[in-house]
Amino acid sequence: MAEASQKIPVTVLTGYLGAGKTTLLNRILSENHGKKYAVIVNEFGEIGIDNDLIIGADEEVFEMNNGCVCCTVRGDLVRIMDGLMKRKGKFDAIIVETTGLADPAPVAQTFFVDEDVQKNARLDAVVTVADAKWLSDRLKDAPEAKNQIAFADVIVLNKTDLVTKPELAEVEARIRGINPYAKLHRTERCQVGITDVLERGAFDLDRILEIEPAFLEADDHDHDHHHGHDHHHHHDHGHGGLKHYHDEEMQSLSLRSDKPLDPSLFMPWLQNLVQSEGQKILRSKGILAFAGDDDRYVFQGVHMMLEGDHQRKWKDGEKRESRVVFIGRDLPEQQIRDGFEACIPA
Amino acid sequence: MKEFDPGGAPSIVSITDRVKPLALGGAVSSVHFLGDRAHFVGAEENIAIATADGEVTQAPVHFGAILCAASDGKRIVTGGDDGKLLALDAKGETMTLATDAKRRWIDNVALHTDGTVAWSAGKTAFVQGAKGDAKTFEVPSTVGGLAFAPKGLRLAVAHYGGVTLWFPNMAANPEFLEWAGSHLAVTFSPDNKFLVTAMHEPAMHGWRLADNRHMRMSGYPGRVRSMSWSAGGKGLATSGADTVIVWPFASKDGPMGKEPAMLAPLPARVSVVACHPKSDIMVAGYGDGTVLMIRLDDGAEILVRKNAGAPVTALGWNAKGTLLAFGTEDGDGGILEM
Repeated sequence: MAEASQKIPVTVLTGYLGAGKTTLLNRILSENHGKKYAVIVNEFGEIGIDNDLIIGADEEVFEMNNGCVCCTVRGDLVRIMDGLMKRKGKFDAIIVETTGLADPAPVAQTFFVDEDVQKNARLDAVVTVADAKWLSDRLKDAPEAKNQIAFADVIVLNKTDLVTKPELAEVEARIRGINPYAKLHRTERCQVGITDVLERGAFDLDRILEIEPAFLEADDHDHDHHHGHDHHHHHDHGHGGLKHYHDEEMQSLSLRSDKPLDPSLFMPWLQNLVQSEGQKILRSKGILAFAGDDDRYVFQGVHMMLEGDHQRKWKDGEKRESRVVFIGRDLPEQQIRDGFEACIPA
Repeated sequence: MKEFDPGGAPSIVSITDRVKPLALGGAVSSVHFLGDRAHFVGAEENIAIATADGEVTQAPVHFGAILCAASDGKRIVTGGDDGKLLALDAKGETMTLATDAKRRWIDNVALHTDGTVAWSAGKTAFVQGAKGDAKTFEVPSTVGGLAFAPKGLRLAVAHYGGVTLWFPNMAANPEFLEWAGSHLAVTFSPDNKFLVTAMHEPAMHGWRLADNRHMRMSGYPGRVRSMSWSAGGKGLATSGADTVIVWPFASKDGPMGKEPAMLAPLPARVSVVACHPKSDIMVAGYGDGTVLMIRLDDGAEILVRKNAGAPVTALGWNAKGTLLAFGTEDGDGGILEM
């Protein structure tokens, strides 16, 4: 889409305190990429970030006046984007660094709710930096850390040199228990390729190619079946006998059908679902095969906000299968499964 | 009905040939007259000064984006992302009025008729009189807009959740007008009876100051970015819809229980409005580049600029109402002698 590519890409950088957000930010900025970034940080001037265009933000979360409690935006970002757009052409991309305690949703929603922001900028991806040594603990005691993992498109699992292989496997299993769909990169000192974190197009409908969970890589043969969690349960996919955690609170739910869906049933169902359960649903994504429709229909959403469009023709020989994924907190699994099933014409 | 011609477009009086075109050198945010010269505040760095003959000179002001501007007809005060508050006078001289200690963006500025300046950076509002030090005032969230009351030294500070009325020279407690949501631009009616904000949502909110009664002004398809009081404060013209929306303020109840006038519909969003300082006429600029002059009584239209290119972003009259200037997002402009 020519129109989408003219919009300035915005990368949201999250991560719990001390995980290495600033290290990653400085890595991105110091790389010889010939691009100029506008960087929006939360603690102005406090930490050493070497960039011409740094803007201090206040992390003000505003509720929209539409009666929807999860429909929040970052008021300060609206203002900053307004000001930055006066300098269009002076930078190529925007990076928004949030505080360790921030919920990424209001940041992301700002780029969908605000008409003027949406006209000029597009959300590229939510990148979460996680500390391999401490993330497991934070997932237990810090709801923010869990939010950031659940919301991520890209997870940079940092400080892997400070943990043993089993510890690393453990933390990865915990991440995958919450979010099996994000791209995960193991790093030391945030050594990750810039193209792995920027220009991901994670919110670009044209780039929803497939939705497959990442299987835990069976590269270390540590068959220690210590589950460490009372709520372990088996999913129907195999993962080489590796540890698998099911997070009691935050989980992903995947739906699949190889029979075409009825759009006159599916669309209202999806709308109603995000209206009623939008507070629990952090992210959603889908590739849909509708009855009597030769086009793939794709959608993605953040809480109650949904974007969807016909993407392209189903290719010859391509399996016309519908896949829908929700990541969220205390998802009413059976209700969602039943609702989805009801969209398949008998 | 023999003159009725269903095939032809309705003819409109055009004065496009009387406009002196101006090349302003960059996107324009607002235009203000100092005497008979139009000062186009650029999106960044410069103010372009145009004479009625169409001659343009550039006055450099900020090193970066110009985030806000206000004028009292004697000078233009601008705030920038360089953390500076500057004044440009009719002689073309610039003066730095303030520099933010932390080099924060100066987001808003307002001018009082007595020369007092108000500005804001983040959650802090500042007021600086002709003498003495600047006074500061903190609001709970980032300042969305500032306006001085027409009488007395009273500053309206719009923010998330409402508007705070601050009396910088009095010990009195600030007054808080509450209404859920994020309030941006704010304006007092010229008779000092009403206060109106343009919200982040596509709506406006108003208060009758005598009893703080609420006035909800909603139904816009887009955010209201431009408001202008008609001569004598009888109506408030606004952008944000595909017609000019004019709310009636002539009676003591303001627009409460009344419908607004909807003038000059076009298949494009109104982007900026400016009422004539003396007569019941106004101009409206549209997202498609059109500029229309509109009679407020009956909505009669005169074409000032045809639809072309980028949105109109600036409109202004000189104090006598004899000169009109407009500017656009792509740096095009015009000046017209009435």
